[in-house]
Amino acid sequence: MRSVLPVLTVVAAILVIWYGAAVWLNSAWAQDRAARADVELSLGALVADTLSQDKPKLPAPHQVAVELWETVAEKNVTSKRSLVYHGWITLSATLLGFTLGTGLGILLAIGIVHDRAMNNSVMPWLIASQTIPILAIAPMIIVVLNSVGISGLLPKALISTYLSFFPVAVGMVKGLRSPDAMQLDQMRTWNASRSQAFAKLRWPSAMPYLFASLKIAVAAALVGAIVGELPAGAAGGLGARLLAGSYYGQTIQIWSALFAAAALAAVMVGLIGLVQRVVLARMGMVR
Amino acid sequence: MLIVAALAVWIAGWALNHWLARRRERWVPLISALIFGATLLLIWELLVRGLAVPAVILPPPSAIAARLADPATQGLLWGDFVQTFVKGALSGFVIGSGAAFVVAVVTDRSPFLQRGLLPVGNFVAALPIIGMAPIMVMWFGFGWQSKAAIVVVMVFFPMLVNTVAGLKETDALQRDLMRTYAAGYWQTLLKLRLPAAAPFIFNGLKIASTLALIGAIVAEFFGSPTRGMGFRISTEVGRLSLDMVWAVIAVAAVAGSAFYGGIALLERAATFWHPSQRER
Repeated sequence: MRSVLPVLTVVAAILVIWYGAAVWLNSAWAQDRAARADVELSLGALVADTLSQDKPKLPAPHQVAVELWETVAEKNVTSKRSLVYHGWITLSATLLGFTLGTGLGILLAIGIVHDRAMNNSVMPWLIASQTIPILAIAPMIIVVLNSVGISGLLPKALISTYLSFFPVAVGMVKGLRSPDAMQLDQMRTWNASRSQAFAKLRWPSAMPYLFASLKIAVAAALVGAIVGELPAGAAGGLGARLLAGSYYGQTIQIWSALFAAAALAAVMVGLIGLVQRVVLARMGMVR
Repeated sequence: MLIVAALAVWIAGWALNHWLARRRERWVPLISALIFGATLLLIWELLVRGLAVPAVILPPPSAIAARLADPATQGLLWGDFVQTFVKGALSGFVIGSGAAFVVAVVTDRSPFLQRGLLPVGNFVAALPIIGMAPIMVMWFGFGWQSKAAIVVVMVFFPMLVNTVAGLKETDALQRDLMRTYAAGYWQTLLKLRLPAAAPFIFNGLKIASTLALIGAIVAEFFGSPTRGMGFRISTEVGRLSLDMVWAVIAVAAVAGSAFYGGIALLERAATFWHPSQRER
């Protein structure tokens, strides 16, 4: 709780800078319009105009807040103009991809930790695979899968899967290897089998690593789902909303979609943090 | 027939790696990684041919290699590489991580700011910042500047969080020792705290290096001049010449790996003393 005041200060500073930038960036357009109408703008009028334009270069925070309120709370959730509707499309792809990616990552990590050949051969490629800018080819994957008749949720979820399995796999490899030699020797003196050592020592001691990775993975999964929605023709979702906004210069729409995405990410990371605290507390691992 | 061959290749590669894994020489991990990669490529080739997958869905590696060997393609790809990687990603990476480093050192003097900045920075680092790409394209135009701008925003917070965490790495005993040596703030910073922060800083740089290329490419989907990796991918997908797309992906993967590898080498040279660099 010691950090509440500093955080609030930083957030307030960001808001002040944002308002300042909005006035500065939007003033050119306001001046332009005033010059054409042959009126001299007073400072007050200029500021008022920059903060209430229809298609500003940078919308003011309250404009984004109003748009968010209108599209989240006031629209029917089944309406195509509701952000809840678009958010749900993105969220469902994210969750499906995140679940698949987490499962795959854990399985890979178990294989890598227990099999020396797999560690030698798969691990370097796992790392190299992340330098493939998968986000860059996400649109291609969507288009290609669409051409073979797979469309809708699954292609987007696959991109989320790809993005989220890596942090989980790497974190779990680290976590499953975190018991030190002494603890492993102890298991051996107790004549524990490999699966017993796994279930009773390796798996529990990997838990803190798992949760740390899950937080990264869920954020990555959301990014994957959003970028997966970029190819034209996506029926909806926050990514489609971003793209439509950028086509028609609807900056307020872009910013509100961005904030909705940010809020989604924050809520999911927060939820995992909550589960983490409960699980680690029950395991007696609270620091 | 070819599918059976693919299966045979898979089993052979697997067996070879298992046989190699029992040996403990230094070169074993490298060789088995190469074997695994070659196995994957061979299986890909055989399956695509065996199952008669159309080239518009997944071209075989040999077609992609043929595309890469074509001099005309090479000229085109070099132009894309310069536009996206050198101009967009690299300049954004330098500006973004440099700015984050400076901000981290400055805020380091104020514990109040740090306590506020770290949670906000951690929070922002988890957000889908890549969504800002259309905004950056609107602000900075279609050229490489908008790509560099989105890269700056993407790498700033991971780098900031890592550097601030790194600067906290020294313990009170070490700082007291510096004080007994009558070292000033700058001396303590340069000789004790920055070296201690180096592993964290390099961690941030590694994260930033992968983000940089992705940011530059995705930003091109929202508008770009008629060259660049993102532009090439989106137009060639539209024309269904997937071998070209895969050639671009290969270039991007090699560039990204080399970038990451270069930073990892620098890290090894700069933080050779750190426990994480010891042999397992």
